[in-house]
Amino acid sequence: MTETIVQGLLLGGLYCLFSLGLSLMFGVMRLTNIAQGDLIVAGGFAAISIAPLVGGHFVVAGLVLLPLAFAVGYGLQRLVLNRTLGKDPLPSLVVTFGLSIVIQNLLLEVYSASPRSLEAGALSTGSIQLGEELFVGTLPLLILGVALAATLGLQLLFSLTPLGRAFRAVSDDREVAELMGVRSANVYAIATALATALIALAGLFQSLRTTVSPADGPLLLLFAFESVIIGGMGSFWGTFVGAMVLGVSQQVGFRFDPGWGVWFGHLVFLAVLIVRPNGLFPKTKG
Amino acid sequence: MSTNFLQTAGLTARYGDAQALFGIDFHIATGETVAIIGANGAGKSTFLKAITGLVKVAPGALTIDGKPWGGRSPGDIVRQGIALVPEGRRLFPSLTVEENLKMGAYAGRPGPWSLARLYTLFPILEEKRKVPATSLSGGQQQMVAIGRALMSNPRLLLCDEISLGLAPIVIKEIYDALPAIAAEGMSVAVVEQDVMVAQRVSRRLYCFQEGRVSLEGASDGFSREQISQAYFGIQT
Repeated sequence: MTETIVQGLLLGGLYCLFSLGLSLMFGVMRLTNIAQGDLIVAGGFAAISIAPLVGGHFVVAGLVLLPLAFAVGYGLQRLVLNRTLGKDPLPSLVVTFGLSIVIQNLLLEVYSASPRSLEAGALSTGSIQLGEELFVGTLPLLILGVALAATLGLQLLFSLTPLGRAFRAVSDDREVAELMGVRSANVYAIATALATALIALAGLFQSLRTTVSPADGPLLLLFAFESVIIGGMGSFWGTFVGAMVLGVSQQVGFRFDPGWGVWFGHLVFLAVLIVRPNGLFPKTKG
Repeated sequence: MSTNFLQTAGLTARYGDAQALFGIDFHIATGETVAIIGANGAGKSTFLKAITGLVKVAPGALTIDGKPWGGRSPGDIVRQGIALVPEGRRLFPSLTVEENLKMGAYAGRPGPWSLARLYTLFPILEEKRKVPATSLSGGQQQMVAIGRALMSNPRLLLCDEISLGLAPIVIKEIYDALPAIAAEGMSVAVVEQDVMVAQRVSRRLYCFQEGRVSLEGASDGFSREQISQAYFGIQT
């Protein structure tokens, strides 16, 4: 049982990285990014393409990929998504849905439908002994550590820095924030840039841990969604805990039957929705 | 004689689908306190939004220091030293009192106002600086809203209905703070529904009626009849 839970928490680390970007974009501009999953897959493929160009090591590939993703996210928000924002959430949903279809088909065109993965070297087979009969993989442990650091980092950014203050202010009242001199178009673009960098990081780890294929996006979006909603919209620690709950639920499901994993996760998600419709840690508002 | 540093000439503005302002001529000098009175829907709030860039106006309709500033972004206007205390306060609910005040300084205009100075003016805010701004009482929230505007070190402070929903004693306390705030040559424009308060705190007043200026002049120079005529547009 301990092993199932530990494996679930490690899986939760990956899901946390899947969902932080979604949580961030929703928190700052009430924008639900339907293309989240496909962007993760695109990030994975981008890492696979970059790695051979920089000597094959995934860390170097990541160092190239993250600033690139940041720039792509900034441009995406400035040129496309800022035009969809308003009182009505429908335009942004439709546009990101369209973006999702475009990305899937572009990936299919460029990389074909077969699953690909990125070589992690010794890291993929390495493990660390935690108990007498408990071994955990080095890579999953690294992913969980990165997820924890990313969550903590976002939380600190939001609560302690002027940029974080501006994020919260535009989220509360965009018009008044602009009265203070905040350029919300720019603040939104920075939020999406950060989210896209996190998405690319998630894609990199996904391609290291398993495989990516162009059709994976919708399922990854679903996992991200479930994590965010279990945790409660707009709270990063909530998203972290939500991802852990989802990861553990899926592992417990796998224990019963290999086909039950994802399904069991959905069940727990529905159960949380029934018991706590606002998630485990809803954002408290005055 | 001090010069009119901000002026509007024939300013028209739309609010939603309807035209709300039909040619407003307004001016305010450095250090002057002006009141704008008028009934609900007369266009007072729209006028303040037009000055601060929240409602778009023609470039020449608004001049600051003799240069056209109409149609610029709210950020450009606040960096010129025009700050608005919005109607209904509109504090940021997920920010603490101190964070709300720091947002006011976002534009980075240098000047005499700082957190320390604000806390001297409103000591209760220092005591409550770590709590969410919207958990304060109405009067304290209004102090935060005024303080937030002051943190941008404005040359002109625009106050939209700061007495709305507050107890008379609190209204008096807030208006009593105005002279101290304006002592260093800052101009103040207050939008008020309470005519007595407006006359008491200002040197000149404008009365708006259905998007036009119906009365303008020295605050103590009008009879009650003149004001109610301009306010309601009917003979009493």
